[in-house]
Amino acid sequence: MASGIKDKVAIVGMGCTQFGERWDKGADQLMLEAFEECLDDSGLETKHIEAAWLGLCYEEHSMGKSSISLSQSLRLPNVPVTRVENLCATGSESLRGAAYAVASGACDIALAMGVEKLKDTGFGGLPTRTMGTFEDQWFPGVSAPGSFAQLAIAYSHKHDIAMDELKEAMAHISWKSHENGSLNPKAHLQNRLSKEKILKAPMISYPLGLFDCCGVSDGAACAILTTPEVARKLGKNSHMVSIKALQLAVSNGSEMFHDEWDGSHAMTSGLASKKAYAEANIDDPRSQLDLVEVHDCFSITELVTMEDLGLSEEGKASIDVLSGVYDRDGALPCNVDGGLKCFGHPLGASGLRMVYEIYQQLLGRAADRQLSDPRVGLTHNLGGFPNRNVCSVSIIGLQ
Amino acid sequence: MTNIGIKAFGAYVPRRRLSRAAIAEAHFWAKPGLRGLGRGTRAICSHDEDVITMAVEAGRACIDGFQQSSPKKLFLASTGLPFADRQNATLVGEALGLDENIQTADYTGSQRAGTGALLQSLSNASCDSLVIGSEKCLTKPGSIDELIVGDGAASFLMGSEQLVAKFVGSHSISRDLVDHYRASHSDYNYVLEERWVRDEGIMRIIPEAVEKLLLEQNMESESIDHVLMAGFDSRLTSNLAARCGLDHAKLHKGFRETIGHAGSADALILLADVLQSAEAGEQVLLIGFGQGCDVLLFQATDLISRTRSFRGVELTISHGIEDDNYLRFLSFNRLVDMDWGMRAERDNRTAQSAFFRNRRAVTGFIGGVCKVCGVAQFPRTDLCVNPECGKANTQEDEAFSCKRGEVKSFTEDWLALSLNPPLMYGSVRFDKKSTLMMEYADFSVGELSIGTPLEMVFRIKDFDELRGYHRYFWKAAPFKN
Repeated sequence: MASGIKDKVAIVGMGCTQFGERWDKGADQLMLEAFEECLDDSGLETKHIEAAWLGLCYEEHSMGKSSISLSQSLRLPNVPVTRVENLCATGSESLRGAAYAVASGACDIALAMGVEKLKDTGFGGLPTRTMGTFEDQWFPGVSAPGSFAQLAIAYSHKHDIAMDELKEAMAHISWKSHENGSLNPKAHLQNRLSKEKILKAPMISYPLGLFDCCGVSDGAACAILTTPEVARKLGKNSHMVSIKALQLAVSNGSEMFHDEWDGSHAMTSGLASKKAYAEANIDDPRSQLDLVEVHDCFSITELVTMEDLGLSEEGKASIDVLSGVYDRDGALPCNVDGGLKCFGHPLGASGLRMVYEIYQQLLGRAADRQLSDPRVGLTHNLGGFPNRNVCSVSIIGLQ
Repeated sequence: MTNIGIKAFGAYVPRRRLSRAAIAEAHFWAKPGLRGLGRGTRAICSHDEDVITMAVEAGRACIDGFQQSSPKKLFLASTGLPFADRQNATLVGEALGLDENIQTADYTGSQRAGTGALLQSLSNASCDSLVIGSEKCLTKPGSIDELIVGDGAASFLMGSEQLVAKFVGSHSISRDLVDHYRASHSDYNYVLEERWVRDEGIMRIIPEAVEKLLLEQNMESESIDHVLMAGFDSRLTSNLAARCGLDHAKLHKGFRETIGHAGSADALILLADVLQSAEAGEQVLLIGFGQGCDVLLFQATDLISRTRSFRGVELTISHGIEDDNYLRFLSFNRLVDMDWGMRAERDNRTAQSAFFRNRRAVTGFIGGVCKVCGVAQFPRTDLCVNPECGKANTQEDEAFSCKRGEVKSFTEDWLALSLNPPLMYGSVRFDKKSTLMMEYADFSVGELSIGTPLEMVFRIKDFDELRGYHRYFWKAAPFKN
C-alpha cells in the first residue's frame, strides 16, 4: 500500500483575497493580491518558487486556457506552471499537484493558486456551458440548484423526513453560514439572516429557496508548499501546518446511469473521505477532527455531506444540525468562515480558501471566529452534480 | 372494391387545450366581435411540440400494437413541416424505429396533403405503408383563424391483409381555387372572403366530386353511412350534405369544440375517429378540400371491432387539460418576444457529425443492455455501467422509447432555461437497473412525486436561434397508455 502524503508536505504560506463582487480587479490582479499575502506569510520571495499550479475552472471568462496567465501575473521565474480544471474541486486539484511535486522531490518549493473571476460574466449564478457535442443532444439543460435540489427530494423520501422538517434543518445551515460570515471580513456576504427570512425566500429550484443556494464570487487563494525540512529552515518549527491527506474520488457513471445509487447523497464523498481518514490515520473523524470546511454549494449539500463524511449517522444529520453540533460553538464546527454560502464561491479558488481557513485556525489567526486550540481540520469539495461529480477531501493539521 | 385498405390507426392531440374564451377575451378591446367564436377549446402544441413530435406520437399510437408490421413506406403530410429542406418524414421514421430500407416522403402544400398521402399509399398494395397527417398552423393574433384551427395528428397503417376497412374507391378534382394561401416565406394564411369561397368553391367542387365518385362506384348516396367533411363549420357542412344528397344525420360533427380544425390532418383525424365505432359493412365517405378535393370511400370489414382498442381520437382527447393562459400560447409560438435572460443566449449549435454518429440514440432512444449481466443503460457504451460487471463489448441494442419509467428524483427549476418554466427534470428509473437524468414533459407544477409512473415522448430538446435549427430528444411524460 502506498505510504500516502501524510506529513511529507508543509504549508509555509497562504493568501486569500477578499471574495465578492470584485469590480475593482481582474483575475490577474486577484492572483497577485493573494500571492503577496502568501509571500509575506512565508518569508519567501518570488524567485524561490520552483513550480506552480493554477486552478481555474471557467477559463473562457477569466484568462484563457493556459497556465501562462499565472506565470505572467506573478512574473514567475520561467518555472513549470500547469493549469488544472476539475469543476468545483479545481482549487484542491491545484493544491494536490503542487503537494505531489514537493513530495516527489521534483521541487522543494511549489505554489498552488486558485482563482475565478465570475462576476464579469454578467450572470447571476454560474454561466451556462456546453456538456460536449453528444451530451448536449440528450442531457437536460439543468442548473446547479436543480441538480442538488434532487438530493433533498431523495433524502426526504429515503429517510421519511417531511420536507418542512428538512427545510428547517437546511435553514439552520444557511443561518449558521450567515452568522459565521458576519465575523469574516473577507467574506462576500457578511450580513446575518433570520431563519424565518430564509424559509420564506423565493423558490429557485424546488425545494431550494434563494438562501439555500450559495452565490458565485470573484476571488483568489493560494498556498506555498515545501518539505518539512525546508519549513523548519524557514523557522516554522513550533507551528508547522502540514498536509495529512489528499484524496479525490471521481464518478464513473454508475450513479448517473445505474440504479444502485439512491440519489440521497454523494457517493464519492464517502469514498474520498474513507481514503483520506486512512491516509491521515484518523479512526473516529467526529471526535478527531476539530473543524471541517465542506462544500455547501447548497444547504442540502452540507447536510448530506455530514453523513457522507461519517460525521453524522445516516438519516440523522438534520438532528445534529438543529442541535447545533456544527455551529461555531458546537462540538464540530463546520464552515466557520461562512462557507461557500457566505465567504463566497469563486470556483477555482474555493478549495484553497477552505485550506486557508483551516490554516488560519490552526495558527490562531482567525480573530473573531477563532476556535479553541484546533489541531486538525478537513476540507471537502464536490464538483459537478450529485449524480456525477469530482469529490476532493483534504486533511490539514499541525505537524 | 379493392383488396387494399386500413390495417390500423392512431391519433395524437397535444395535451394542452387553450380556452377560446381566453383568446376572445384578450382581443375584446380591439375585436369584440370575436367573442362569438369564444366557445370550447383548441388543442395547442406545447413549447416543445411541433408537427414532427405529434407525427411521432400518432405513429407510435398506430404501430405500437402492430409490432409484426414493418412498413416499407412512410408518408408524412402537413402544411406546417418544421424543415423546408430536410426530409421531415425520414426523421419521423427514425424516431419510430422503422427500418432504414424504406421509402419516405413529405406531402405538403395544401390542406389536401393528408388525403393525398392516403391516396398515394393506396396506389400500391405490395407492402404496408404508414401515413401520418400532422398539423400545426401558426395563426395571427386577433384573426378568425386563431379561434378556428387546432393542432393534432393521426396515422394509418395501410396494407392488403388484416384490414379493418377496405378502400372502395376515390375521385379527385384539382382546381386552383384560392380560398386561402400561405406564400413560401410567410408565417400566416391569407384568407379570402368567405361567402365567395363557400358559394363558388366549396359548394360546387365537393358535390361535383362526390357525385362522380358515386357514379363511378354505381352507388346511391343513401348507402353512405358516415360522411366526413374536414374543416367546415356545422352550417356549411349541413348545406354541403344537402347539396350532395347525403343524410345530415350521417355527418360527423367534427372536433371543433375540442381540437379545432387541424388542417391537412383533420380528415385523417375524422377517419380514425369514425372507424373506432363503425360497424362491419358500413361505408365511410372522406372528403379532403384544398385547390380541389379528394373524395375517398372506405368500407368497414368484419375485423372492424379490433379498432375498439386502438389508441384513437377519443382517448387522446381524454388526456387534455384546459389552459386559459393566452400569453403563454403566444410565447410558445414566438408571437411575443419574451425576455428569457442570459441563459437563453447559450450557443446551441448542433455538431451534425456527432448527431449522425449517435442518431439512433438521440432520435431512436436506443440504448444498450449487457448480455452478460442484463443491466440496461443509456447511452450505450462499450463498457457495461454495472460496477459488478464492467465487461467490454457486451452491449446489445435496448429500446428505451417504449419503456415505462418512474420518477426517482425531480425538481422544478426556475433558474434553468425553459420556454415553459419551471424546467422540470430528474432521474428516471427504468427496468433492468437503469436510470437516466431526463427532462419531464407535460407535468404541471406540484404534479411530480417520487414513484410517479412515466412514459417516453419525443419532443423538441433545444432551439438554435442563431442558425434557425432545433433538435429533438425524448422526455418523460405522465404515463397514460
